[in-house]
Amino acid sequence: MNTSAVAGQKRVVFSGLVLPYLLLAPQLIITVVFFFWPAAQALWQSTQMQDAFGIGSEFVGLENFTTLFSTPEYLASFRLTAAFSTAVAVSGLVIALLLAVMANRVIRAATAYKTLLIWPYAVAPAIAAVLWLFLFSPAVGILALALRHVGVDWNHLLNGDQAFLLVVITSVWKQVSYNFLFFLAGLQSIPRSLLEAAAIDGAGPWRRFRTIVFPLLSPTTFFLLVVNVIYAFFDTFAVIDAATQGGPGGQTAVLVYKVYQDGFKGLDFGSSAAQSVVLMLIVTVLTVMQFRFIDRRVQY
Amino acid sequence: MIERRPMLDLLAHLILLIGVLLVAFPVYVTFVASTQTAAEVQQAPMSLLPGSHLIENYTQVITGGSNTGSSAPVGRMMWVSLITALVISIGKISISLLSAFAVVYFRFPGRMLCFWMIFVTLMLPVEVRISPTYQVVAGLGLLNSYAGLTLPLIASATATFLFRQFFMTVPDELAEAARIDGASPMRFFRDILLPLSRTSIAALFVIQFIYGWNQYLWPLLVTTQEDMYPVVIGIRRMIAGGDAATEWNLVMATAMLAMLPPAAVVVLMQRWFVKGLVDAEK
Repeated sequence: MNTSAVAGQKRVVFSGLVLPYLLLAPQLIITVVFFFWPAAQALWQSTQMQDAFGIGSEFVGLENFTTLFSTPEYLASFRLTAAFSTAVAVSGLVIALLLAVMANRVIRAATAYKTLLIWPYAVAPAIAAVLWLFLFSPAVGILALALRHVGVDWNHLLNGDQAFLLVVITSVWKQVSYNFLFFLAGLQSIPRSLLEAAAIDGAGPWRRFRTIVFPLLSPTTFFLLVVNVIYAFFDTFAVIDAATQGGPGGQTAVLVYKVYQDGFKGLDFGSSAAQSVVLMLIVTVLTVMQFRFIDRRVQY
Repeated sequence: MIERRPMLDLLAHLILLIGVLLVAFPVYVTFVASTQTAAEVQQAPMSLLPGSHLIENYTQVITGGSNTGSSAPVGRMMWVSLITALVISIGKISISLLSAFAVVYFRFPGRMLCFWMIFVTLMLPVEVRISPTYQVVAGLGLLNSYAGLTLPLIASATATFLFRQFFMTVPDELAEAARIDGASPMRFFRDILLPLSRTSIAALFVIQFIYGWNQYLWPLLVTTQEDMYPVVIGIRRMIAGGDAATEWNLVMATAMLAMLPPAAVVVLMQRWFVKGLVDAEK
């Protein structure tokens, strides 16, 4: 790679003053209309309180935020989201890592396993939810029936913990393929000579994994952790809406679902906008973490 | 691997097989349910062997939808999904190629400002700003239109970022030579840069097509007419009638249909898909 690419500048450029603006125009117009305008509106609305009829609104400063953080339901949704993202990220990563280590070990059928394991990536989260909803349907689901056979009364329509479990299973099932791909890529980039040297020194497979493989995988793991948390925060909206609609009793209403519920069902745009702003802050922090990590990774 | 441990290899195959089974099991049950009659599915437990109503069920959903819940034909929904996915992927790739070209190959006032205006969008997924975006789209009269379904999702910088990174690695000599030969910038773009970007474009297309096909929250908000439902939304409306009333055999046939196109794209274009994923995320 030449030095100009590293510095982020091309040495050779074309001249022209109008052309670059024309080239940028489509993306800039779409970005301004569908990104900056709504984002600004979200910030503005978060400081407004609408009257009961939705006709007028007045400036209330940070009141929407203070109300938000003193509402028990919102705080419950915060805790719920934390528990949900932890459950999804941790189990998704552990299962994917196990599968990737195994796939990296078997040389012969590795490609076949890879193909068989990655396609859930293509399944829409909402469709994944429909699949698992069917398996766990209290009336006809074969897993629900099997559970009843062994004495577990499965009904996620009534039991909040079971509803939570259902959305976690679905979200993990959907995400494992993605984590698997990245772990496998990470494993394949570990120099064989390193592992061979350790083997000659008498380190067994488990010891090699613990002392060499896992530390070398830590950048991948950290990257995936951030991506999985973002996934659990946002992409699981479809899973939750299709499987439980946030129920029963709000026990699966994670933050992004509450934004939708309060804004579109409850028509409380001030609170919904304030919630959006809180979410924006969370994603921004996560994204910055991700970028800092990528910067650091370059030096490896 | 390094030393021969047949037991460990066996264990590895065993774990991988369990993984494959866990991944495939829900889809198998879905397929089986989609070949049975509603009554057969309602039996507890339903048979795990395929029934005889495959063609009947699929014909019914494609042309007529289900009898309870939404009765919109799934054929139409698949068409909406296809158009949406294509507009999103092709639209995103086109505008990103142009803007990445502008940012990398030109020096003009406000270049860095444009650059940051685009890249800040990386931070905020549409989920975060749904209600204001909805109001903007409604204000522009774009509800229930392909423009409303696609434009807000095109406003994201992932593709621009990828192409920018790629263009930076293209040797300067190529642009130099083009300039000496008197080629216009657009000619250089068309004849040199585009052919070089073919692999990146293919990779990105796979990722964006799946992204577009699988959209849920946004279409849920902007489509209120049945004839503009993408299939992912349509299926949710089919189970809206409650558990007992749901015709699971038809819902499952729809699920199979909704899964097929993106899964086929991933399996057929696996090489590009993996490249696109790894490049776009890192």
